[in-house]
Amino acid sequence: MSTAAPRLRFRDAQIEMAHGAGGKASRRLVEGLIAPLLMGSAAGPLTDAAQVAVNGTHIAITADSFVVKPLRFPGGSIGELAVNGTVNDLAVSGAKPEAMVVTYVIEAGLATESLEAEVRAMADAAARAGVAIVGGDTKVVEHGKADHMYITTAGIGLPLPGLTLSARSVRPGDAVLLSGPVGDHGITILLARGELDIEAGLTSDTRSVWPFVQAVAAAAGAGLRWMRDPTRGGVATSLNELARDSGCSILLREDRIPVRDAVRGACELLGLDPLHIANEGQFLAVVAAEYADRAFEALQAAGCGEAAIIGEVREQPAGTVLAATGYGGTRVIDMLVGDPLPRIC
Amino acid sequence: MRFVDEFRDAAVIGKTAEEIRRLADPARQYRFMEVCGGHTHAIYRFGLKDLLPPSIELVHGPGCPVCVLPMGRIDDGLAMTAEEGVTFTAFGDMMRVPGTRGSPLEYKARGADVRIVYSPADALRLAEKNPDRHVMFFAIGFETTAPSTALTLMRAKARGIRNFSVFCNHVTIIPGIRAILDSPDMRIDAFLGPGHVSTVIGCRPYEWIARNEGKPIVVSGFEPLDILQSVLMLLRQLGDGECKVENQYKRVVPWDGNRAALAAIAEVFELRNYFEWRGMGFISQSALRIREKYADWDAERRFSVPGIRVTDPKAAQCGEVLKGVLKPAQCKLFANECTPERPVGALMVSSEGSCAAYFNYEHRKTLTQIAVPA
Amino acid sequence: MCLAIPAKIIAFAPGEESRAMVDVVGVRRYIDTGLLADDPPRAGDWVLVHVGFAMSKVSEAEALDQIRILNALGEDDAARQEAEGYGDRAELESS
Repeated sequence: MSTAAPRLRFRDAQIEMAHGAGGKASRRLVEGLIAPLLMGSAAGPLTDAAQVAVNGTHIAITADSFVVKPLRFPGGSIGELAVNGTVNDLAVSGAKPEAMVVTYVIEAGLATESLEAEVRAMADAAARAGVAIVGGDTKVVEHGKADHMYITTAGIGLPLPGLTLSARSVRPGDAVLLSGPVGDHGITILLARGELDIEAGLTSDTRSVWPFVQAVAAAAGAGLRWMRDPTRGGVATSLNELARDSGCSILLREDRIPVRDAVRGACELLGLDPLHIANEGQFLAVVAAEYADRAFEALQAAGCGEAAIIGEVREQPAGTVLAATGYGGTRVIDMLVGDPLPRIC
Repeated sequence: MRFVDEFRDAAVIGKTAEEIRRLADPARQYRFMEVCGGHTHAIYRFGLKDLLPPSIELVHGPGCPVCVLPMGRIDDGLAMTAEEGVTFTAFGDMMRVPGTRGSPLEYKARGADVRIVYSPADALRLAEKNPDRHVMFFAIGFETTAPSTALTLMRAKARGIRNFSVFCNHVTIIPGIRAILDSPDMRIDAFLGPGHVSTVIGCRPYEWIARNEGKPIVVSGFEPLDILQSVLMLLRQLGDGECKVENQYKRVVPWDGNRAALAAIAEVFELRNYFEWRGMGFISQSALRIREKYADWDAERRFSVPGIRVTDPKAAQCGEVLKGVLKPAQCKLFANECTPERPVGALMVSSEGSCAAYFNYEHRKTLTQIAVPA
Repeated sequence: MCLAIPAKIIAFAPGEESRAMVDVVGVRRYIDTGLLADDPPRAGDWVLVHVGFAMSKVSEAEALDQIRILNALGEDDAARQEAEGYGDRAELESS
């Protein structure tokens, strides 16, 4: 496989934290080194899950890894993130999550009750999400070689019939839907680390989005073009990837983007943009204009009371995401290089 | 959010923008320099350029303390992590700024104890809670931030917290503005004054700009309505042939400044004879250092640092962009060798630096008219 | 240097005159009010917070006045004259 790989575009001498943050640097690493070597010229736009055909049956398959500090935070823990994150990757690829496997890489010295808490959390989350955990692996590494615990997963699902989800299906005029408020998870984690000494009463939004994806898919049918769960890097990153992969432009309406007061307050205080903050229980859906209202109503009826149509797809400026401020101007919404950092200037 | 949302009200913004269009003389080209990086950021974030007539150009000045910090000083601060037991603390703004051997985050990835703090008080508290470590706080900022560093040092001394030091890189705004005005290529008609610096120094320090240099200056807040109203006030002055200091940000800026804050600065700091501003060269009496009576908390005395001056590549035209002579996109390195991901010069290292702000928020908006839905 | 936001003082830390809990739409943090020692704020006051320190009090009267003046723009000549005279008033008050 690797013999066919062209000279690699990724030329950094070493791997840095930014390469794992889900932003521009991550994309450069994956597109410039990993994807070409593993998938050669077959590598298309990066998606949340891939589809493979096994004896004519199409199966969606995804993998994910979870590295979070602290392990437990208001609204969840690493175990729940692991299950919901895997389930959501399958869901937004248009597949019903069926089964997953999990590996634990555990730092020696971790209290058994911590591990037990996470395994229980995963069992509960899997039951809630209707997915079976059917196997896995466990490794223990020396003290200091893992932040308490890393979890990796792989999941499979059955694609819903009749859907062709792809950035290339997206057309100018399509509507961009968002299932709920942005930034809850990322800000919760940031504050839970305790270094900023800020309290906000926020909880992570981690949950399976499969029921809501089903609702949108049922309402929009073939008019559903593309979906993504905006995790690390936030809505800004996901939509920038869409703009790039589709060759279209996205125009958001800033005043339509749902965000909780406390998230907004924390972002203002720290100089962060909610559009760059991770979410673990939301998804974006691009839907043909004629299905937009129907899909929006279906989302609301399914339980996403704060869902919103946040923008539309346009032709120009291609490859770019813009936000209309609500008082006559626009600004470019870009991907970050690495994780968002608080600022004082 | 109270005292924020009112100043982002779409209807009032519309009226103010309309009044600006009415007052602006279409036969005239206005160049207003906003001195503060926070204004640069706000202008882009709120899409304010789209609301102004083409005759008004907002030029970004040198008021970005991260941008004007020479790379050698970053190296000096990071060199302190080589010593055993040292915790390097700084604002998030500093974390990705490259030194010769990497940024603070890169040092962290290599094992140094580097932590983001929101406040110098948090760095002091970290020292209190970790007596076995020495906590060094890398202080940056103009007069807005210096009083907080000063008060923190006063508290450290009063509480006898010895495992704490500050590496002081505070700079003062007036010499920076003076350097802009002294530049022969300068073509600025008026200034938007730094609103938050002014909560400390007040409005009097700008009087020489109006009186001696003949440039109106309006001390401006940071919300869309603040900036737009300030533009309006500048237009009125220019239209009436007036030239004075005005305070637009009256809800927080006292004309005489904050005495207690200025007293804290005077208690802890003194002026350096000169200090290098990246992209602008050495400027006299433009930076603060810690006084002798706080020597025990001065990282510069406690640690021995390389103190090597690092110059930017000649091709980087930061100085000209800083002075408003060139626009970011006119620098040959812009968006090629110099990007926010791989900054070469000063103005790309901080998200509020003119080049970074322009790159992130603007330059992909082509000349295509974007019809914004009502 | 410029990121500062208005926050409401909820309460002071017991026994500490310069340490106050502030609130911004439900987000809370302790801040130092030592820079306002000349005219210390009280619970219920709004202050401008920068890097965990209160820099000044926020004047509601000035804030309302500013919005009122801007709102009157484009209405009648009297309002316009007042808006244009805004700067004059500021200078008069300060000298």
